[in-house]
Amino acid sequence: MNIFASIMAILVSAALSNNFVFAQTYGICPFLGVSKKTSSAAGMGAAVTIVMVIATMITYPIYMALVALNIQFLEILIFIFVIAALVQMIEKIIKKISPPLYNAMGIYLPLITTNCAVLAVCEITANALVSGTWEPAFIAGVEMNFGFSVLYALFAGIGFTLAMVIMSGIREKLNNLSLPKAMQGFPITMITASFIAMAFYVFTMINVGGGA
Amino acid sequence: MKNKYGKITLDGLIFNNPTFVLVLGTCPTLAMTSNASDAFGMGISVLVVLTLSNIIISALRRIIPNAVRIPAFIVIIATLVTLLKLFLNKFIPDLYASMGTFLPLIVVNCMILGRAEAYASKNGVLASAVDGIANGIGFTVSLVAMGIIREFIGSGSIFGLQIMDFGISFFAMPMGAFMVYGICIALFVYILESIQRAMRIKKTKRLHGELLNGEELNKEEA
Repeated sequence: MNIFASIMAILVSAALSNNFVFAQTYGICPFLGVSKKTSSAAGMGAAVTIVMVIATMITYPIYMALVALNIQFLEILIFIFVIAALVQMIEKIIKKISPPLYNAMGIYLPLITTNCAVLAVCEITANALVSGTWEPAFIAGVEMNFGFSVLYALFAGIGFTLAMVIMSGIREKLNNLSLPKAMQGFPITMITASFIAMAFYVFTMINVGGGA
Repeated sequence: MKNKYGKITLDGLIFNNPTFVLVLGTCPTLAMTSNASDAFGMGISVLVVLTLSNIIISALRRIIPNAVRIPAFIVIIATLVTLLKLFLNKFIPDLYASMGTFLPLIVVNCMILGRAEAYASKNGVLASAVDGIANGIGFTVSLVAMGIIREFIGSGSIFGLQIMDFGISFFAMPMGAFMVYGICIALFVYILESIQRAMRIKKTKRLHGELLNGEELNKEEA
C-alpha cells in the first residue's frame, strides 16, 4: 500500500468503520457521563484526543524497550503509570499556558486517567508492534511504524470526539421528550447509541486501497 | 453484625447493582456479552480482581497517604490484573484469546476503582471482602444474563449449546449490545422500583395500622 492509501485506510478504519465507541465499545463511561451538552462533549473529546496522541508517542518507544529487555509483562503497570502521569502533567501545563483552555476542558482531564479508550489505543499499538500486523482486519495491509501508530491514535481520538458530539446533540433534544420513568437517563441513551451504531456499521462497506 | 453483611450483600447484588443501577464498567459489559461463556469469564475475572483489590486496599488503608491514594490504588489493581493476565495466558488460553484488549482494560474498569475509593478505603478487611464478592457476583450475574439473551437471539445457542436453528446477527454485534443493555437497565429499574413501591406501601399500611390500634387503645384507656 502506498502512503496515501495507508493514511486513508487508517482514517476510515479508526474514525468510522472501527469507531472506538460504536464499533469497539471503548470509552463508554465518558461517552455516557459527559455527553449531556455539546460544548462539554467537544471539550472532553479534544482532551481525550490530545492525551491519546501523546500517550501513544510515549508508550510506543517504551514498549519497544520492554520487548528488547524481554519484560513485556510489565506493560499494564507502565502504561497506566505513563497515562496517569501524563494527564497530571498536561493539566499543569495547560493551567500555566492558557487559563481559558483550562477552564474549558480542565475539569475533564482528571477523568481521562480511567478512560479505557486511552489505554486501549496504547494496547492496540503495542499488540500491533508485537504481531507486526494491525488488529482490525481492515487496515491489516498497513505497515507498522511509529508515524502510523500516532496517526491511528489521532484518528481514533477524532472518531471518539465525533461520537461524543453526535450523541450530545441528540441528548439535548431527548431532554424535551416525555418518557416513561424507567426509560429516562441511561436506557434511552443506550438505545439511541444502538441506532447510531447501526448507521456507523455502513462505513464497514468502504474499501480503501483496492484490497480487503 | 450478621445484618450488616446481609445489607452489604443485598446492596452489591441488587439495590446498587454495578451494571444495571450504577452503570459502571460499561465497556466490558458491552464488549464481552456476545456469548454467555465469555461474559462468565469476564465476570469471574473482575470478581477475583475486585475482591483481592478490596482486601489489599482495605488492609493498607491506614498506611497509604491520602494525597496519593488514587495512584496507589491503580498500582495495586494493575499488579493484580498483570497476575491475572499471566495466569489466564498459562491456564485458560481460550478465554485469554477471546478477551483480547479487554483483559488489560480491567485496570481502568471504573467499578473496581469506585469500590476501592467508596468502600474499601474506609472499611475493615472482612467487610471489604464481602463487598467485593457481592459486587463481583452482581456484575457476573448481570453479564451472564445479558450474554444469554444476546447469544440466544444472536445465534440460537446458550453457553455454546445449539438449541434452536436461527440467528439475528444484529444482536451479536455492538449495536445489539447497546440495545440489549438499554432494555435490560430499563426493565431492571422498573422491576426494582415496583418492588420498592410495594414494600413502601406495605410498610406504611403496617405503621398506619399500628398507629390506629394505638389510638384505639388510648381511647379505651381514657
